[in-house]
Amino acid sequence: MSGVSGVSGAEPLLEVSRLTKVYAREVGLLRRRRGEVRALDGVSFEVLRGATLALVGESGCGKTTTGLCIVRSEDPSGGEVLYRAQPGGAARDVVRMDAAALRRVRREIRMVFQDPFASLNARMTALRIVGEPLINNGLAGSPARLQERVAEMLRLVQLDPIYMNRYPHSFSGGQRQRLAFARAFILEPRLVIADEPVSALDVSVQAQILNLMKRLQAQRGTGYLFIAHNLAVVRYLAERVAIMYLGRIVELASRQEVFTRPRHPYTELLLNSSPNPDPAARKLHLVRAGEIPAAGARPPGCPFHPRCPYREPRCAVEEPALEASGAGRGAGEHLVACHLHRRLTLRAPAAPG
Amino acid sequence: MNGSALLEVEDLQVVFPSREGAVRAVNGVTFTLGRDEMLGVIGESGCGKSVTALAVLGILPPAARVTGGAVRYFGAGGAVTITAQARDGETLQQLRRNDLSMIFQEPMTSFSPVHTIGNQIMEAIAMLDEVRRLPPRQRRREVGERAAAVLGRVGLSDPGVLTAYPHHLSGGMRQRAMIAMAVACEPRLLIADEPTTALDVTLQAQALNLLREMQRSMGMAVILVTHDLGVIAEVTERVLVMYLGRVVEAAPVGALFARPQHPYTRALLASIPRLTGPLAALAPIRGMVPSPYELPPGCAFHTRCGEFVPGRCDRAAPARVAAAPAHEVACLLRAPEAAGAAS
Repeated sequence: MSGVSGVSGAEPLLEVSRLTKVYAREVGLLRRRRGEVRALDGVSFEVLRGATLALVGESGCGKTTTGLCIVRSEDPSGGEVLYRAQPGGAARDVVRMDAAALRRVRREIRMVFQDPFASLNARMTALRIVGEPLINNGLAGSPARLQERVAEMLRLVQLDPIYMNRYPHSFSGGQRQRLAFARAFILEPRLVIADEPVSALDVSVQAQILNLMKRLQAQRGTGYLFIAHNLAVVRYLAERVAIMYLGRIVELASRQEVFTRPRHPYTELLLNSSPNPDPAARKLHLVRAGEIPAAGARPPGCPFHPRCPYREPRCAVEEPALEASGAGRGAGEHLVACHLHRRLTLRAPAAPG
Repeated sequence: MNGSALLEVEDLQVVFPSREGAVRAVNGVTFTLGRDEMLGVIGESGCGKSVTALAVLGILPPAARVTGGAVRYFGAGGAVTITAQARDGETLQQLRRNDLSMIFQEPMTSFSPVHTIGNQIMEAIAMLDEVRRLPPRQRRREVGERAAAVLGRVGLSDPGVLTAYPHHLSGGMRQRAMIAMAVACEPRLLIADEPTTALDVTLQAQALNLLREMQRSMGMAVILVTHDLGVIAEVTERVLVMYLGRVVEAAPVGALFARPQHPYTRALLASIPRLTGPLAALAPIRGMVPSPYELPPGCAFHTRCGEFVPGRCDRAAPARVAAAPAHEVACLLRAPEAAGAAS
C-alpha cells in the first residue's frame, strides 16, 4: 500500500465550500409549473495534494454534478471552489474565474470519464487523442516533439507507442481507459477528477487501471477526486471518503473510519448492500433498503429519514448539520450529518474470519 | 440421466459466422441444473455466458448456429431437446408460455412503454395453458387475481401499480415489477442475465433478495448470469466459471471461494477489491481476453495464466475433471496425473 503519499502541509489543493447547484425544471403535465431541483446543496470538502478523496453515492446524489461544477462544465449556483496551485501560494476561486483564467486552470485540473468508448473521439488517432491537450494549449512544439511527448505518455500508461497511429476502435476497453489517463496526465495536472473510471471495465482489467491510477499518483504527486459508486473500489483507492445523499455530504472521514466505524445510517446501508465476494459472510438478506426519492422531491428534515431504520420525530423536521464526531482533527476528522450519531452503534461488514 | 435434473446442457457449441471468420461463442459447455437450484454463471465479456443463456431459452439470434451438443429440458410434459426445436415452433412456444422465463439487465427495455404494468403481467398469465382452458369470464377473473397476487408478493400491493405505465414507476419499483412479470406464470426455470447490473447497490440488494425469495417459495430453478463475484457469493448455490466459451470450473459456491482450483478463478478472486480484510495490492490478470476470432490453442487461458507450462497448456484443451466431490476443473495442471507433481 502506498498509504498517504505526498500530503504536504495543511493547505489543501482544492477547497470546495458550500457548493450549490439548482436546476430549474418545468413540472406537471403541461410543464407550466416551475419547480427546482437542488442537485447540490452546500457541499464542502477538501482534496489534499497527492492524495485521493472519494465521492460516493447512488445515482442522483450529485457526485457527478460536483465534478462538473469544479471544472465549470456546469456553473454552480453558489459556493466556492478554491484552487491552490502551489503549496503556500494564493488560492483562487474557480467559480469566479473569467474565461482566460479558467482555460489556464483547466490545464491543471483534468477529467477522466466512465465510458472509454464514448469519451474518446472515434475519428482521432491515439497520437491525436493524447496530444490534443498540448496542441489546444499551444504547447505541442514541432510534430516530432509532439510524437516524443505522446510516446512518453503512452509508455507511462503501459501502452506500446507503436500503436500511436491507431484509432480507438482497435483498442480494448482497458487500453482506451489507459489512453484517457495518458490524455489527462500529459499536461501534468495537479488534480484529476475521475468519474467512475473503472465501472465499465471487466473485473480483471479494472485492477490494471486501479493500479495504474495509484502508480501515476505516486510518481506525479497528483491529487484525485475519485467519483464512484463501488465501495470496494473506493476503499482500495481513496484515503478519505465522502458519502453523498440527495445533493449533500452525509459523512466524511478517513477510509479506516468509514469502513469500520460508519456513523451515518446511510453509510451503514450502503456498506451492507454492497455484495462482498465471501459466501461465508452473506449479509444482503439483512438489507431493507427503501426507495431513493426523486431529486426534485427531497424530503424535509434529514433527507434520509424516510428510509432510516433509526429515525425519530425530530429527523423529519430538522435538518442535521455536518459536524465533527469524535476527537479527530484535520485529515483525521470524522464528519457526520445525523442527529443520532452519538447514540447509534452501526454495523460495518465483518472482516473475514 | 438422474431424475432430479431439470436441464442438461451437453457439449454445447454455438458459432456466429461472420466476414472476419467464425466466432466460437460457446465452445463445448456442459452442465446440469437441479429443479430448485440457484446456479450462478460468472465470466467476463465474451466468455459466452449470455449466449449459453439464450441457447437454453431457444432464443439465439438468427445469425447464431448451434454446431454441436444439446440442451435438454425435463419438464412436466417429458423431455424436450431445445436445441433440436424450430425457434418459433409450437414446442418451444409452449415451453416459453408455461415453463421458461427471463429477466434482462435493463428494466425499461423489457416492458413495453405503451401498455400498463398490469396489462403486461396479465398478458403473460393469460398465455398459460391452464388459464387458456378456462371459460372466458372465469379466465378474466383468474388473470386479474393472479396478477394482483404476484405484484403483492414482490411488494407492489398498491392497486395503482396495475394501471401504471412503466415510466410512472421508480427504478426499484420497475425492477420489482419486472421480477413479478417474470415469475407471474410460475416458471420452472428463470434465467436472469445481469438482472441487477444497472441498479444502485441498495436497489440491487433488494432485487437480489426478492429473486432469492421467489426462487425458494416457488421452488423454481434459476440461472443467474453475472460478471460480479459479490453477487455470485451472496445468492447462488453452485457456480460455473466461464472463459472464452468454456466452463473452466464448476463448484458449490462455498468451495469455489474457499478453494478455487482453476488459475483463472484464482486470478479473478485476487483481482477484485474488497470491503473488508487487509488492504493488499490487487494482482491484475495480465494482458486481456484474446480475440474470439483467434482462440488460443490448448487451454484458452494459457496466454494470461501465471502457471502456464509451455508445450503442455498450449497443446491440448484440458478436459473437466473432478478435483473434489461436486467440484470440477478444466486445467491440465489440476488433472489427477498432474496432482502428484504439483503437490
